[in-house]
Formats: sequence, C-alpha cells, structure tokens
Amino acid sequence: MSAPLLEVSGLEAWYGQTKALHGVSFTIEAGGITTILGANGAGKTTTLRAISRMVRTAGTVRFQGRPLDGLATEDVVRLGIAHAPEGRGTFVNLTVEENLRVGCWGRSSKDGIEEDFERVYGYFPVLRERRAQLAGTLSGGEQQMLAVARALMLRPRLLLLDEPSLGLAPLVVREIFRILRAANRDSGVSILLVEQNAALALDLADHVFLLETGRVVLEGPSEVLRRDDSIRRSYLGY
Amino acid sequence: MEIFIQQVVAGLATGSIYAALALALVMIYEATDVVNFAQGEMAMFATYVCWTLLDAGMPYWAAFFATLAIAFAGGIVIERVVIRPVENAPILTIVIVTIGLLVIFNSLAGWIYSYVQKPFPSPFPKEPIRIGGIVFGAHALGQIAVTLVVLLCIWLFFRFTPLGLAMRAAAQNPVSSRLAGIRVGWMLALGWGLAAMFGAVAGIMVAPVLFLDPNMMGGVQIYAFAAATLGGFTSPLGAVVGGLIVGVVENLVGTYVKFIGTELKLTVALAIIIGVLLVKPSGLFGRAVVRRV
Repeated sequence: MSAPLLEVSGLEAWYGQTKALHGVSFTIEAGGITTILGANGAGKTTTLRAISRMVRTAGTVRFQGRPLDGLATEDVVRLGIAHAPEGRGTFVNLTVEENLRVGCWGRSSKDGIEEDFERVYGYFPVLRERRAQLAGTLSGGEQQMLAVARALMLRPRLLLLDEPSLGLAPLVVREIFRILRAANRDSGVSILLVEQNAALALDLADHVFLLETGRVVLEGPSEVLRRDDSIRRSYLGY
Repeated sequence: MEIFIQQVVAGLATGSIYAALALALVMIYEATDVVNFAQGEMAMFATYVCWTLLDAGMPYWAAFFATLAIAFAGGIVIERVVIRPVENAPILTIVIVTIGLLVIFNSLAGWIYSYVQKPFPSPFPKEPIRIGGIVFGAHALGQIAVTLVVLLCIWLFFRFTPLGLAMRAAAQNPVSSRLAGIRVGWMLALGWGLAAMFGAVAGIMVAPVLFLDPNMMGGVQIYAFAAATLGGFTSPLGAVVGGLIVGVVENLVGTYVKFIGTELKLTVALAIIIGVLLVKPSGLFGRAVVRRV
C-alpha cells in the first residue's frame, strides 16, 4: 500500500514560549476533502501553519511518505502543498493577474500555466474581468477567490485552506465552496480545510477532525459526525 | 536663456546620478525597511574597482560591465554575510550596521588606494555637443543617456520577468511569497545586488566630474537622500523624479542665487529634506504608511 498523502503524528507547535499544539496526529488520504473543526484557539490555524512550517514545531509530518522536518516553508510549498492563509495574503499592490503569476512560482512544472489560468478564470470569471486591476481594490470575497485561485496555480497535490468563509456574505461563501468541490473533482487536489462555519465545512468535507485545545479529540467521516449529538450541539447549534 | 537651458541640462546630468543612487536606496528600503547608509560608499568602492580594471588596461566598456557584475555579486555577499545575521534585529541595529559598512568601505578604499584624488576617464568625447546653438558637455549628455538606459532595463526587468515579479512580491508580502514558494531571503539578496549595481553606475558616471577619492560619494549620498525623501522612500519612480528635480534645483540655485553659489549648495539638499518632511513626509509619489498599533 502506498503512503498516505499526509501523515501527521505527535505534532507540537509553539509561538515563542507558548505551546499551541500538544501532539496532534491524523492522516489524510489522497483525493479527499478533510476539515478540521474546533473552537477559537483550538489550534486549527496553527495546525496548518505547522504543516507549512511557519511555526516552530516538534513531531513529524510526512507528505507522500517524505518527512517535512527541517524544510523551509518555500520547500514545503514546492513539494505541492499550497496554503491559502488566514487573512487571504493578497499582494495588494500587484494586479490580479500578477498575483496569479506569483502563485505559479513554486510549480514543479512550468508546462500548462496558460491552461491553469483558463481553468481558474473559468472557476472565477470575476477575476478574469479584473485581471488588470490592483488586487488591493478587490472586495473581500474577490480577494478570497483570488487566494484560492492563487493556491490552485501551484497545481498542488494538497490545498490548505484557512477560514475561507471569514467575513464574507453567505452567497459568496457558497460560491467559493462550490468551486472548491469542483476543483477537487476536476484535478483530484486534496483539500484540508479549517473552518469556523461547521455546517458548511461538514457539507463539503468527507472526513472530519475535531480539535480541542491543541489535540484531536474526535474524528470520522463527516456523515457520521453530522449525526453525532455532541458535535451537533457544540458546533452546529441545533 | 541659453545659460538657463545649459544649467537645466547640467542639473539633469547630476540629477541622474542622484536618481540612480536614490533608486538603490529605495529598492533596499522597499524590500527591508532599512535605509542603507553605506550605499554611496559601496558605489565609491565599485568605482575604484572599475579604476583598477581600467588601470590594468581593460577597455572602458568591458571594465564598466565587469564592475557592474562585481558590484552585483558584492551586494549579494554583503547582504548574505553582514545584513542577514541582523535581519530580525531592531531597525536601529541594522542602521548602525550599515553605518559601520560606510566607515569600513571608506577606510578600506583609503588604505588600498590612498586619499589622493585620481582622475577618472569619461567614455564620451571631449568636444562639447551643439544642439540648436546651445553648447552641452558630452559627458553630461552621456551620463543622462546611460542612466536612462539603466532605468529602462530595470523597469523592464521588474515589469516583465518572472524573477522581477517574484522580487516585487517578496518585498511586498514576505509571508505570502514564502507560501508561493519564493525564496524570500534570496530575493532580498538579489535586491542588494541590483542596488549595488545602480550605485556602481552612479559612481562610475560621476567620477570623471568629481574625481575619484574615498570621500567622493559623501555629498552625492546626501543629495540621493534628498531625492528619495522628495520622491517618497516607497516609490522607485519617485526616487528617479526626485533625483532629477534635486539635481536641477541644486544647479539653478547655485547659479542664480548669488549668496549660495557652490559652497552652500549642499545646504539646498538638506533644506529639501527638512521641507519635505515638514510638509509631506511621504514624498511626492510615496504612499503614506499606515500602521495598526
């Protein structure tokens, strides 16, 4: 059997002296959509940052069997892990098209860039309309679309998404989630999603991890967890 | 009228030097928020390298481009070896480091080449050029042309090449750049290399006018500061426009305002710096920096 796409075991992370993750372990199989649920401060964002090696960590993360320990963020990205960060990370003084070109920098192959432009412009027609505009002039929703599009330009094997729904109108969020599903179906990119909006995330994902104060406390297929009473009460509110 | 036009062109010529050095300052400032006080001395030292190559019998343009290559590599090495270790230190630390570099380069040049002024050749003809009945120095025109060509190249580089785009991205948003797979540290080093290269162009072009000595760039550096402040430390275009304006103003004031003459010309630069900081601190083209506190 081949190695799972991502294997996290005993992952710990620190911000300065403060420990934010206390031994998180989970596995992601290729091709799926996984979500990490949890309250504020549970360590969801930190988990993504630890995978991208943006924080100090201990424990191991293996990507396609290869340990990521000791790699720099840019090398992790080059292996095919795209990360659309919290706050969208827009290059506000570059045009929309330049933002997408920056997203191509870490690709393993420079072939097919033009097709990928067509593909993401197909997903997000508004970005095509605004491709010559400075990205800082886009609305919040459009910047989130740009963040997803920029991550897809890497042609990643794994896409890490941090709170794509944050601060956006429900209609825009629904649109973005529809495209995430389409991207997952079209290119087989695996997605690891961190979301506050549990109902939405459970809807999209096929597998769920529940994080509480830096530990995984529960996991399972999303249809099972959706029926779980404690999840429903704590995260879905009904 | 003739004198006026001559003085304006002469001002543009020195202004183009300020522009090149100011652009170097702005590039490093944009990428790292650091004002490199050693920029002028690095340029001076590069000019000595060029002098050495010429002295060894190398043809002018070969020595010119070889010097640019050496300056580029030197800038990268300085960033990697001297600046990198203090990258995350407080701004004041880095400023002191660049001032240390200033002193080191100055002393090194004096030690190796002595403080005696050396004549430096111009690649342009000795005979003045006549345009529409007005006489211009050939070196002044050549100096403007060389600077414009360099600026054009650099603009094309940043605007149209993937590497240029990556460097702009790294300067703007290092975190997102890393997440796009850009090696931000190297982009900063490349920025230092390019800045050192502009400095070298400025030094080589100004040396025939000022004569080469270890303190040659001292005044030029202050004018370049004035240029960058005037144009806005956050705007490369501003640095260039600011450089040209400072050059022209300096020249016109020196010519027409008798009590200033040549002795007090440097005061004009300082007056510009203070004036801009009082009236519009972000400069003509700069954007006001907003910081959440």
